[in-house]
Amino acid sequence: MNKVKKFFSSNIREISLIIVMIVIAIFVQIRSDGNFLSGENINDMLKETAVLAICAVGMMCVMVTGGIDLSIGAIMALGAMIGSTVLKGNQDLPNIVIVLISMGVGLVCGLINGTLVSRLRIIPIIATLGTMNIFRGVTYLVANGSWVKQQEMGQGFLGMATGSFLGINNLIIIAIVVYVVATFFMTKLRTGRKLYAVGNSEESARVSGIKTGRTLTMAYAILGAIAGLGGILYVCKYGVAQGETCVGYEMNVIAACVLGGVSVTGGTGRVPGVLLGAILLGMLNNAMPLIQISVFWQEAIRGLIILLSIIANTLIRRNVEMKALRRRNI
Amino acid sequence: MAKEITKQVMQEDGTRIISAEKKFSFKKFMLQWEWMLVLMFVAVTVFNLIKIPNYANAKNLFSATRDFIDKAIVVFPMAFVLMLGEIDISVASTMALSATIMGVAYQAGFPMALAIVIALAVGALCGFINGIILVKFPELSSMIVTLSTQIIFRGIAQIILETQSVNGFPAWHTQIYTAKIGGIVPAALIFVVVEALFFAYLLHYTKFGRRCYAMGNSTTVAKFSGVHTNKIKIIVYTMAGLFAAVAAIYLSAKMSSVRSDIAKGYELDIIAMAVLGGVSTAGGKGRMLGASLSILVIGYLRYGLGLMNASSQIIMIVVGALLIIAVAIPNFRESVGQANWFRKLKGMFVKKA
Repeated sequence: MNKVKKFFSSNIREISLIIVMIVIAIFVQIRSDGNFLSGENINDMLKETAVLAICAVGMMCVMVTGGIDLSIGAIMALGAMIGSTVLKGNQDLPNIVIVLISMGVGLVCGLINGTLVSRLRIIPIIATLGTMNIFRGVTYLVANGSWVKQQEMGQGFLGMATGSFLGINNLIIIAIVVYVVATFFMTKLRTGRKLYAVGNSEESARVSGIKTGRTLTMAYAILGAIAGLGGILYVCKYGVAQGETCVGYEMNVIAACVLGGVSVTGGTGRVPGVLLGAILLGMLNNAMPLIQISVFWQEAIRGLIILLSIIANTLIRRNVEMKALRRRNI
Repeated sequence: MAKEITKQVMQEDGTRIISAEKKFSFKKFMLQWEWMLVLMFVAVTVFNLIKIPNYANAKNLFSATRDFIDKAIVVFPMAFVLMLGEIDISVASTMALSATIMGVAYQAGFPMALAIVIALAVGALCGFINGIILVKFPELSSMIVTLSTQIIFRGIAQIILETQSVNGFPAWHTQIYTAKIGGIVPAALIFVVVEALFFAYLLHYTKFGRRCYAMGNSTTVAKFSGVHTNKIKIIVYTMAGLFAAVAAIYLSAKMSSVRSDIAKGYELDIIAMAVLGGVSTAGGKGRMLGASLSILVIGYLRYGLGLMNASSQIIMIVVGALLIIAVAIPNFRESVGQANWFRKLKGMFVKKA
């Protein structure tokens, strides 16, 4: 019994998210005459969520260290733009090369962010606000006012987003791989644990012998590489790369992380939570058109659900802590 | 280093008055961030003067301010929010929502003056909601709360107006944008100057302002020193919302129409202006003079680059780089000065005493 209780209190975030998702799923399932929980729709929903979920992992790495990266949307656009511009010139390049180019560009952007934050000690939100403008500007320059259109990308590349493996869409598979690696990295590897240590207290991490500067830079570099991957997949899915790709996407990614229980003050947050947060956002996007909610209502409802679930989580956590305190009194 | 002279005066009833006077230090005076901004402003002006013929034209220079007044109006209350160590991302959405409601109220037959009052009330209410949530749930960070209210406020504006736009406002409403005193100085600029003076007075010469500094340094310490931290937080956020609504009225006059997607992305520009002005996002640092100067620096830089036909991409890159460099400079000595490679490099040139 005690074990069950402990399990509940330590996974309260994930459990409350799952409950919210189940409530929404049941409600939507009834209202949509059973269309919501069909295999096809779930596949669609996960496919739409995959890119967001991938990017959320990167953002989590940074937020766990107590930082934030507003430039993620711009990095995605820059990586995807350079990747697809290369593709436009020579369509017979294998997909993996394009993906690696995009990830490499993202990695460089991330290293720049990381250096600004860790070496020049600029507050993350300001540093990435500045680089967001810079990366976005460079994206426009690379794009030079034109789009990379679907025809210029070639079927081989576009097939990456539409194709499937064992009946599951490729995007979902890539997301699963990213999550498996991330879970292993964040929970089992020493390097991953260092991110939490730096996020909890940079000073004590430094005193314990962690090279905090290097760890911080690494977090931003990981975000950059993952954003590059997310960007090229995004472009692959929608079949067009332009200067405005992913404008404002950073807010979606941050929202997914926050819903998943990553604290902006650093030190807390788990990979499964982030996945659930991303899926919850994806679920809302998918469910609202299904039950004929007008397009104009969707944004307000999404915001309201984010706010309510954050507040609900705070209330639950207060309750749990209160109970724990009471137990200690006796 | 400025010397602090501490005086202790014993009073008859046994209480003491302790006062500290700072001796004026020329070096410290010159090392203020505001000088850096003045230098930047001079640099921008010289650059513009060289590159643009007929730049030195008072009429044009005053007209140019009209392009950034909408953001400038919100920079000052935003500086207050940042001073508390908090942030408000929802100001742009507040602008959109209050402008939308003003438009709808006017369309519904209310007189324009009443519609404007309603818009101001809506803006203040939005800020008040932010403040209340943050006070009731101190565990939540302001970044998250205002991120979600940002989505909600913009969403409500979308529900109300959908994709329509409202226009046909009375002529005097457009005057808010076009009116010029003496044919040269835009009336809205006068408003911004008065606003800046008001906020500077509020921050530097009132108890309220000193309490804001105290909260920015440490909310807990301020609370235990008897500062009503909750009240101040709510007031500051309400102020941000109210002035966002003022900016919305100006913006609607500028565009002479209202849509639900106006002012998108303004929040980051506004925060960037405040930060370049030396207001620290960690709280407790910053002055209104710096914020005012940085508005001029960014505003005229944009104006100059625009006149030079620089593409908006270049302007984005320049503003982003400027922001980073500006914030990096004060940290430069301690961060790079302690880096290993820098010490080695220094060791090659400077012999240890």
